[in-house]
Amino acid sequence: MIRFLLKGLIRDRHRSLLPIIVTALGVMLTVVFHSWLTGVLGDSIEYNARFASGHVKAMTPAYHSNMQQMPNDLAILGAGQMMDSLQVLYPFMDWVERIHFAGLIDVPDENGETRIQGNALGLGIDLLSPTSQETERLNLQQSLRTGNLPARPGEALMSHEFSAKLGIKTGDVFTLIGSTMYRELAVYNFTLSGTVEFGTTALDRGSVIVDLQDARFALNMEDAAGEILGFNVSGYFDEEMTGQVINEFNSRFYDTEDIFSTMMISLRDQNNMGTFLDYSTKLIGLLLVIFITAMSIILWNAGLLGGLRRYGEFGMRLAIGEEKNHVYRTMIYESLIIGILGSVGGVFLGMLIASYLQKNGIDLGIMMKNATILIPSVFHARITSQTWYIGFIPGVFSALIGTMLAGIGIYKRQTARLIKELQA
Amino acid sequence: MEADLIIKLDGLKKHYPIGGGHFTALNGINLDFARGEFAALIGPSGSGKTTMINIIGSLDMPSEGRVTFMGYSIGELNAKSAALIRSSKMGFIFQTYNLLPVYTVFENVELPLLLLGIEKSTRKKMVRDAIEWVGLTDKIKSKPPQLSGGESQRVAIARAMVKKPAVVFADEPTANLDAANSHHILQTMEKLNRELQTTFIFATHDEKVISYVRRRIYLSDGLVVRDERVAPQRTEV
Repeated sequence: MIRFLLKGLIRDRHRSLLPIIVTALGVMLTVVFHSWLTGVLGDSIEYNARFASGHVKAMTPAYHSNMQQMPNDLAILGAGQMMDSLQVLYPFMDWVERIHFAGLIDVPDENGETRIQGNALGLGIDLLSPTSQETERLNLQQSLRTGNLPARPGEALMSHEFSAKLGIKTGDVFTLIGSTMYRELAVYNFTLSGTVEFGTTALDRGSVIVDLQDARFALNMEDAAGEILGFNVSGYFDEEMTGQVINEFNSRFYDTEDIFSTMMISLRDQNNMGTFLDYSTKLIGLLLVIFITAMSIILWNAGLLGGLRRYGEFGMRLAIGEEKNHVYRTMIYESLIIGILGSVGGVFLGMLIASYLQKNGIDLGIMMKNATILIPSVFHARITSQTWYIGFIPGVFSALIGTMLAGIGIYKRQTARLIKELQA
Repeated sequence: MEADLIIKLDGLKKHYPIGGGHFTALNGINLDFARGEFAALIGPSGSGKTTMINIIGSLDMPSEGRVTFMGYSIGELNAKSAALIRSSKMGFIFQTYNLLPVYTVFENVELPLLLLGIEKSTRKKMVRDAIEWVGLTDKIKSKPPQLSGGESQRVAIARAMVKKPAVVFADEPTANLDAANSHHILQTMEKLNRELQTTFIFATHDEKVISYVRRRIYLSDGLVVRDERVAPQRTEV
């Protein structure tokens, strides 16, 4: 009997192929939607993390209190030793030193006199160590508009827009005029090796990126760093894990009485990222609930209509002696088979698309051109463990519930009435 | 031959709720059917003939009165027992054939035997025999959409007869057929009635069916108004 029913199921495309396609499409869209939403909001968070906040950030409490002013006079001293400790204690995170600074860029004319000046926001990162991942982390290679990345000390990158405003090109020398960590005048010459464009106003307006050691020389910050950032090696912010690292680190190194001890804070505690994280989580949840509910209603309805359409057939089967329970059970089994096949297909297709979007992303740079917040121009999908089952569950159970509801009619109606529906 | 009583109706009534009141489809029917009868319930639409067939066939329940089918009281059967009796002792032929379109002729006829759990080789033989009775051996692998109306109804007859039931209920079996096909299937049923001693009860108002039956039960407004036994008066085409 089971073989007989399966044969019918396979042959009747209205009962098998079409519901499988509908289920697969619904599940596929859910998978893609979930991974895309997670990826887009995750990308925004990660973009901030890579350029500014890290997944965690270590600094002195004094620096933390005035962080917006980039107070390098309050930087961590003995940064090398701190880096060694962090790498030993938390090897599952990638640790990098950063120096943020502000200054005046002075561009000389052919006589060495000031031709033009402009305010710059500088960032000192490890550009020259062979093991450094900072170039990849900040996507510098892909952001290059002209020239090359710095290959030797004394070379610097500048945002393309800023370089155009100052009228300098690669190979030109410019001078950084700023303040050392001891509040003395800092004057340091750099050669422009290339210009970069990140696609967001916040970074493209007046950025200068130099090697960490150059920043140290320029600002007299020997073995010092304004900030030490930690990145989860998986590449994504893990709130639970970073929470544990922060608690452990602060209990070991943070002295609330000493403003020059070292404290650690989370991405969540910077630049209103906590609000953004909560907002993202709630937004993802809300959008998914709306989307999955809509998809479930469609699949539920498909299951319901599929069942109602077959009342006549059920009436005939009951008339020739099949039991109501058996008819009902076979409906459920059919729905389960279709739901599982459709959901497996949908997850497979959805994952293919999500994997492509995770790897390649979609460039929405043209829409981000005037963004004044740190937001990426290329958005990627992100596959999480949840992506694997988020569509599968409604895919299987929505149609099943619809079928179960339709099947109740078998019990509520007299067999004669069911037959009449076939004849109608 | 007709002395062996297999169906007995005592004061059968059936009411259907309509709005605040109810519609009485059967209003106190007393009838007996013996084994091997070839009988018709005759009357216009709404006279109660289909309702009566549905109740005797345990597809519907009586509101009042008692229906006994081969010793079983239909009104007291639970769903499982009713299904068992239908699968083993009753066959149904409907006006619209009610064949499953995705299955072949063989598979449509095989379905009742699958429900009875009959072993494969026996089942195969029974299905082939039934298809042969109705003269459709050459269409055994065809599917219902490939058949004419007459052929479809003959498949429905084979499906009803394959398990050799005690009684076959046929509700307007010729309503969708032309005269030639009607006579063909009526002759088929008459032959099966004669050879297998299967009781046939028709619900009809088709003169062609009436001309074949040996017992005519006229219904009007839910009551038996005439019950007569006659010699068949065929009008061949």
